[in-house]
Amino acid sequence: MAKKEYAFYPGCSSQLKASASNYLVSTNSICNALDIKLTEIPDWNCCGASVGYCEGGELPRVAINARNFAQAETHLPGQDIVATCAACWLGARESKERLDASAQLMKETNEALAAAGLHYKGEVNVRHMVEVLIEDFGYEGLKQPMKKSLEGIKFAGYVGCQTNRPFGIDGESFENPMYLDKMVETFGGEALKTYDQKVTCCGGALAFSEPEKSQKQIRDIVESAYDHGAEMIVTPCPLCQANVEVYQSEINKKQGTKFNMPVVYYSQLMTVAYGGSAKDAALNGQLIRAEKLEKIAGK
Amino acid sequence: MSTANQAAVERYRNNFLKEVEANVEEGHMVKMCMQCGVCAGSCPLGPHWEHSPQKIFMMIRAGKRDEVLGSDSMFMCTSCYNCIVRCPRQLPITHIMHGLANYAHRLGIAPKGQPTREFATLFWNNLTKKGRVNELTLTLRHYFRGGLVSGIKEALAMQGVGLGLLKAKRLNPMEIFGGHGVKDLKGFHAIIAKAKEIEDRKKGFTA
Repeated sequence: MAKKEYAFYPGCSSQLKASASNYLVSTNSICNALDIKLTEIPDWNCCGASVGYCEGGELPRVAINARNFAQAETHLPGQDIVATCAACWLGARESKERLDASAQLMKETNEALAAAGLHYKGEVNVRHMVEVLIEDFGYEGLKQPMKKSLEGIKFAGYVGCQTNRPFGIDGESFENPMYLDKMVETFGGEALKTYDQKVTCCGGALAFSEPEKSQKQIRDIVESAYDHGAEMIVTPCPLCQANVEVYQSEINKKQGTKFNMPVVYYSQLMTVAYGGSAKDAALNGQLIRAEKLEKIAGK
Repeated sequence: MSTANQAAVERYRNNFLKEVEANVEEGHMVKMCMQCGVCAGSCPLGPHWEHSPQKIFMMIRAGKRDEVLGSDSMFMCTSCYNCIVRCPRQLPITHIMHGLANYAHRLGIAPKGQPTREFATLFWNNLTKKGRVNELTLTLRHYFRGGLVSGIKEALAMQGVGLGLLKAKRLNPMEIFGGHGVKDLKGFHAIIAKAKEIEDRKKGFTA
């Protein structure tokens, strides 16, 4: 039996050949190393994300999240729901807290769920993978399966928004959370603690609808990483990862910068530290190759 | 003027605050604002709002219905939650902005052609179609929103990014034929329809 078991909510971007498939692959690798068993919530659906607000009202958004809760409660009783995506965690946890706080909302939600023959009792717990790692394993515990040090790599820990606000991780400050830096140090990397764009918004979904405004945000995030001597950016959020990595070439084209800063997930650097190959860490899934990490993985 | 909008104007007369409290997500918290301005200074898209959240809250109390519901400001919200965690009165500002945008959109009086209004609608329709987001059709529909010519231009401008994602196996061209989705699609759609029906009845969107 695995050391820990969770009901896994991967989310739309962490599917095969989706934009965060490298997050999914590397998450599976670290779970193997830590003896964590993730079981996908059967037939899970999208959380609605933040930008779903315009067309989807409060009740439809809460109801689709409650559909996942009902599935988890029925098929994976007693297991905490764990999301890797920041938006999934936020959408699900926000729904859960609203349902906990309002009997009226719970009643209406169950009325909607009944249309598909489902019922939510109100028993799930919604957590982010980073919470699980830090709270259930702890930095010392995470160090146990470590085989290689990430010594010599300078990481800018880019936490972003939704894995930080409004819920926070492990009770840390919203303005300067340290967990990502601590994770980097746990595996022997150098955390650039004075990196000042740590919690800056990448623009989120507005990277699509307001590209210029978002690319200004992204430029600040990447530029500051260079200014602090970073060799790569590490992040816990799939939208942060995609936005900050993908749009560097656009910014270069429009503004004449020469950005080429790798952006990896914490799960990718952990996979390498746990002795996994570049393939286990899905480093082939980067648009901007993280060569320093690939080198350690190849040793 | 849409029927729902007409009905709301007649029902609440000059009391826009009451209308917001009754019909906007977390609207009951608007009156807690003490006009300190921390939200306005915390917003990453601050320079691009016509009205900051602080101004919107005062405008609601002043009964500026047309100005608030016609504003494009709420659509500048990136959902970063800076304003929420910093607000000394703990107003769920992000949610109120989303709620106001949703209300204006549903009444049909939100600014036409507002890019985030359009993208957000596209996003919801995309995810509800199959229960999971189809990243390829979402992107394509977004690029081609202004028609074929501008779509080809935009898609070509971004082709380097698309090819990069394809090479990295983070984009699947086969998604055009359907892609990921939930198995119990009928049940999923029934839940959304029922939830919408309940909400619309309460908010007066249906007769």
